[in-house]
Amino acid sequence: MRNDLVAEIRTRALWIRRRSFQMVYEAQQGHPGGDFSAADILATLYFGVMRYDPANARDPGRDRFVMSKGHCTGAFYAVLAAAGYFPEADLKTYMKPQSLLNGHPNRNYLPGVETNTGPLGHGLPVATGIAIAGQIDNADFRTFVLTGDGELQEGSNWEAALTAGHRKLENLTLIIDRNRLQQGARTEDTASLDPLDDKWRAFGWHVEVVDGHDHQQLLDVLTTSPKGRGKPLCIVANTFKGKGVSFMHDNVAWHHGVPNKEQYEQAMRELV
Amino acid sequence: MSAAAPSKSGLFDCRDSFATTIEALAEADPRIVTVVSDSVGSSKLGGFRTKFPDRMVNVGIAEQTLVAVGAGLANGGKVPFVSAASCFITGRALEQVKADIAYSNVNVKLIGQSSGVAYGELGPTHHSIEDLAWLRLFNNMKLIVPADPWQTAEAIKAAAVYEGPVFVRVSRMAVPVLERPEGAVFEIGKAETLIQGTDATIIANGTMVHRAIAAAKALSAEGVAARVVNMATVNPLDEAAIAAAAETGAIVTVEEHSVRGGLGGAVAEMVSTTNPVPMRILGFPGFVPTGSAEWLFDHFGLNETGIAEAVRQTIARKK
Repeated sequence: MRNDLVAEIRTRALWIRRRSFQMVYEAQQGHPGGDFSAADILATLYFGVMRYDPANARDPGRDRFVMSKGHCTGAFYAVLAAAGYFPEADLKTYMKPQSLLNGHPNRNYLPGVETNTGPLGHGLPVATGIAIAGQIDNADFRTFVLTGDGELQEGSNWEAALTAGHRKLENLTLIIDRNRLQQGARTEDTASLDPLDDKWRAFGWHVEVVDGHDHQQLLDVLTTSPKGRGKPLCIVANTFKGKGVSFMHDNVAWHHGVPNKEQYEQAMRELV
Repeated sequence: MSAAAPSKSGLFDCRDSFATTIEALAEADPRIVTVVSDSVGSSKLGGFRTKFPDRMVNVGIAEQTLVAVGAGLANGGKVPFVSAASCFITGRALEQVKADIAYSNVNVKLIGQSSGVAYGELGPTHHSIEDLAWLRLFNNMKLIVPADPWQTAEAIKAAAVYEGPVFVRVSRMAVPVLERPEGAVFEIGKAETLIQGTDATIIANGTMVHRAIAAAKALSAEGVAARVVNMATVNPLDEAAIAAAAETGAIVTVEEHSVRGGLGGAVAEMVSTTNPVPMRILGFPGFVPTGSAEWLFDHFGLNETGIAEAVRQTIARKK
C-alpha cells in the first residue's frame, strides 16, 4: 500500500513538472526552476499527507497549505488542478488577460489558495496566525507552509519563527525548499543561511533534514504525528532548482528562464 | 454609552471606549480575538487579557507578523482586532496590510492607536499623520476615524459585524462627547451633519470635529452660517461632500493628518470631479517639529481661530 502511494506521488510529481513546464512555455513567463525543486514536495503534500475537499474548499476543518514562494505558480496551479480544485483545462489560461491564474496566487479568484502571496516572507507569518487559530480552538487541522530558501532573507520570517516557537505551535509545519539558488546567485554567496537547521532549532523548532526529491522520506516526515512534540516542525528539504531536466539542473538561469521550442521538447523527452 | 467615565475635565480618551467595547463584544462572540505587539497597555487591553487570556495573541515587537497573524487568524475563523500604535501598524507593516489583509480581502480589523500627533514630543517617527494616505490606496478597506467615545464604540461594533477589512483610527487625545440628536446611529460610510449652515461647510473627523464645532459657533456670532459635517468614514466617503459643495459652495476640511492624501484629499478628489468649489485643506504640511499635540494644533492653525479664518478666506473665494 505504501509502495503504491509512493508510486502515485512519483507519477503526480512527474505530471506537475511536465504540465507546469508547458504552462511556462505557453505563457513564455514563469519560474520553472523553482517549480521543479518544489514539485516533489507539493505532490507529497497533496496526494499523501493533507486532508482537504475541493468541493468544500473553505471547510473549517481542512488542513491548510500556504504557498509562500508564490512566484512558483506553475507547480502550485498544476497541483491544485490535479487535486481537483479547478479543471485542468483552466491551466491553459495561465497569465493570460483576466485569467484566474495570475502570476502570483489570489485566494479570492482561486479555491485552494489560502492567502495571497508573491512578495516574499509573507507565508510563514500568515500560516503562524492560522496555526494559532487552530491552537486556540484545539482543532486538529494542520497548517503547512512552503518557503524558498532565499526568501528566508526576509526578516518577517524570523519574527514569525519567534512567535511560532514561543507558542509551541506543533500544528505548524514549515517546509524549506532548500535549492540553494535565489534569483541572481547562490544563497551562500548572497546572504548565507547556513547552518540553516541550527537556526531553526535555536528558535525553538523541531528540525528534520530530508532529501526533498525522495518521496518516501518526505512522506515519512510529513505523516509522522506532531502531537506531543510541543514544537513547530521545520523540514529542511534539500532540493535542486530545475530538478528533472539536465540543462536546468542547479542552474540559476532557470529561476525565471523560459524555454524555446527545442528546450521545451528536450525537457518533455526527459520528463518521462 | 459603553465608554469609560470621563476625566475631571469631562474629556475622554477614546482608547478606553475601544477597550470596554471590545470586551463587551468578546463576551458575546467567541470568535473575537485581539492581537497585539507588546501593546497591551497602550491599547488599554489589560482588562481583555484578564478576562480572555486565551484570546489575546501577543507577538512581541514585530509588526509585520502582527498584521500577518491577524490574516491567519481570520483564515482560521476568528474575528481578529489587531491593535498597535497607528504609525507602526500601518507604515511598518504596510506591505502586510496590502498583501495579507487588503488584497487578500480578509476579515481583519486593524486598530491604529495613538494616531495623529498624540506622541507629539516623540517626533515624526512616532507621529501617524501618513496612515490614512497609505491606507486610502486600498479601495476595499473601510477607514473610520471616530470623533468621540460614543462614535469609537459604535465604529468598533460596526467593524465587528462587517465582513471584511476595516481600519479604525483611535486617538489618545482628550475629546468631549459630541452633542447628537436623540436616536443617532453610526453607519460605516455615513457622515453626520452636526451643525446646519449655508455659507460654507467644514468637513472634519477625529479630534478635529469638536474644534470645527467651536469655529462654526464663533462664525455664527459674526453672521456666517457654517455647516459642520463629521466625516468619520474616509473610505468609502459619504456623498455628503458633494452635497456640501453644491449647497454651500465652499468647503474647508480639517484633520489631524497630513494635508496630503487624507480626508481633505479624499473630499477634493470627489468634489473636483463633480462640483468644484473653493476648498481649503487644513492639516499638517508634512513632518512637523517636536511639541505637544496641543502645541502642534495651535501652531498649524488646527484650532477654533485657525479653522474660522480658513472658512472666511474660502468664502471670500466664492464666485
